[in-house]
Amino acid sequence: MTKRSLVPIVYIIFLMLPIYWLLNMSFKTTNEILGGFTAFPHQFTLDSYHTILTDPTWYMAYVHSLIYVCLNTVFSLAVALPAAYAFSRYRFLGDKHLFFWLLSNRMAPPAVFVLPFVQLYSAVGLFDTHIAVALAHTLFNIPLAVWILEGFMSGVPKELDETAYVDGYSFPHFFFRIFIPTVSAGIGVAAFFCFMFSWVEMLLAKNLTSVAAKPIVAAMTKTASASGYELGLLAAAGVLTLIPGAIVVYFVRNYIAKGFALGRV
Amino acid sequence: MALELKQVSKRVGADVHIHETSAVFASGSFNVLLGTTLAGKTTLMQLIAGIQKPTTGEIWFRGKNITSVPVQKRNVSMVYQQFINYPNFNVYDNIASPLRVAGMDAAEIDRRVGKAAELLRLTSMLKRKPSELSGGQQQRTAIARAVVKDSDIILLDEPLANLDYKLREEMREELPKLFAGRDAIVVYATTEPAEALLFGGNTATMHEGRITQFGPTSTIYRKPNNLISAQVFSDPPINTAKISKRGKVITIFDNIKWPSGRVEKTLPDGDYNIGIRPHNISTSGEGAHVGVIEGRVLVTEISGSESVIHCKIGGQTWVSQSHGIHPFEVGSITKLYVDIDQSLYFGANNEFIA
Repeated sequence: MTKRSLVPIVYIIFLMLPIYWLLNMSFKTTNEILGGFTAFPHQFTLDSYHTILTDPTWYMAYVHSLIYVCLNTVFSLAVALPAAYAFSRYRFLGDKHLFFWLLSNRMAPPAVFVLPFVQLYSAVGLFDTHIAVALAHTLFNIPLAVWILEGFMSGVPKELDETAYVDGYSFPHFFFRIFIPTVSAGIGVAAFFCFMFSWVEMLLAKNLTSVAAKPIVAAMTKTASASGYELGLLAAAGVLTLIPGAIVVYFVRNYIAKGFALGRV
Repeated sequence: MALELKQVSKRVGADVHIHETSAVFASGSFNVLLGTTLAGKTTLMQLIAGIQKPTTGEIWFRGKNITSVPVQKRNVSMVYQQFINYPNFNVYDNIASPLRVAGMDAAEIDRRVGKAAELLRLTSMLKRKPSELSGGQQQRTAIARAVVKDSDIILLDEPLANLDYKLREEMREELPKLFAGRDAIVVYATTEPAEALLFGGNTATMHEGRITQFGPTSTIYRKPNNLISAQVFSDPPINTAKISKRGKVITIFDNIKWPSGRVEKTLPDGDYNIGIRPHNISTSGEGAHVGVIEGRVLVTEISGSESVIHCKIGGQTWVSQSHGIHPFEVGSITKLYVDIDQSLYFGANNEFIA
């Protein structure tokens, strides 16, 4: 083994160890987890997974999360696409300030918004709905999506727009038929970041829901019971939570590399 | 009288991009817009295409005011210096796109795209995406898209500038053939005087947002209306100096005497500015109408079978462009021979006189 490969190997070990441990724990019984320190499960069990995949209060939590995450991604992109196009193509009064103001929305911690959101959403009857969480998350995701997309769109020469108009395309026809496919890499990257933020965000998701739209991040807290924590179950839920993110990363990995190259991610 | 610009101007904020300009482009004509970068060539084309709206003035086409007609309805095509194609379409769909938007039926589209692809030697690439083509093929795709529909106006904005030398030479020969026999007005922007001369047709010399002169290319070349037009239409730059003409003698750089040649009788005695194109100054020469001058060599550029010699003469830098390879040493004093009959004479306000 050369010295060159040593550093990445050590790095990957540090990175993967906690994930391995989570996986390891998910196949153990809670007694074994609490009983000692074992590198692999001695009493291998799929009970935890069985519980999660058969108990509706568990698996529906994943469904709730996926619903509001997908809704949020769609909302964010639907708003960010035209906004990013405007920022990349037009000069208007205060455009740079507006762009910065958008970004500054991300600087506030979600906790700031929890109380007002809970009250306001309750007042309009949106409390404990998927839409509520999806809308709350757009506050953080639209600025991010605009920022990423603006970078990708500015990389497309404006002569492409002009050529399309000269060829006879109307603006909507051009935008959907030519421009959106041209920046598809950017849309992929923006969608990924919206998805991931919404998927892992807990504070707003937990406080804006109670039963009907309870997300997985909130459901995981119910493993605490009178007899202590059901750690095996918690670990299994954690492993399952990793999967959607891993799938999305797999699909957009090449685009993210491109996004980094454009200096926007 | 097909396309007419009537006192068109374009201002963006406080910047004037195009000063008030009037011009008439005839149907089936090939028009070259010649000027340096930032002369306003692209802006003028965008005004003609309708991508930008003029600040003042009107644009008329075939007797109709089209100033407020949107670009989509003007039936124009445009090719840019950058190779602009739709990245998500293959070559066939790229060429077909203006026809599809116009709602043409599939068989007719197929026939036309096939013909355009054949003209531009793209037949074997029709299934490829633009990113899989070389630069020359990408630009040929863009040109195919411009010629596939029967446009009234075809705008070419330095289409060959980003191609390598050999491709550029090839395309220069092919381009005029593509447009021959069409009714369309072709407007071709370039920074290179050689391209204007090669294409013939009409030339408009542009300088700082103005058309300084517009007319048949050979006329513009031989009789520039002022020094600026002559400067725009000369590469390497035209050599200038103050002279005074007395009968048979021209005095240049205060003490050098030349025969006055062809202007002996036609030009009244007086002080003028003379303009001499670099290719009329060579390293050898004889005859009654040759002026001799001495200069100190600053640099010699040899390209192929031509030598471009930059000299310091009387405090000014002059350029000579002559056939053959003449590797002069930097700093050496050399004699240059000027074909005086080809000189241009300008008055005190740089207006053309003879």
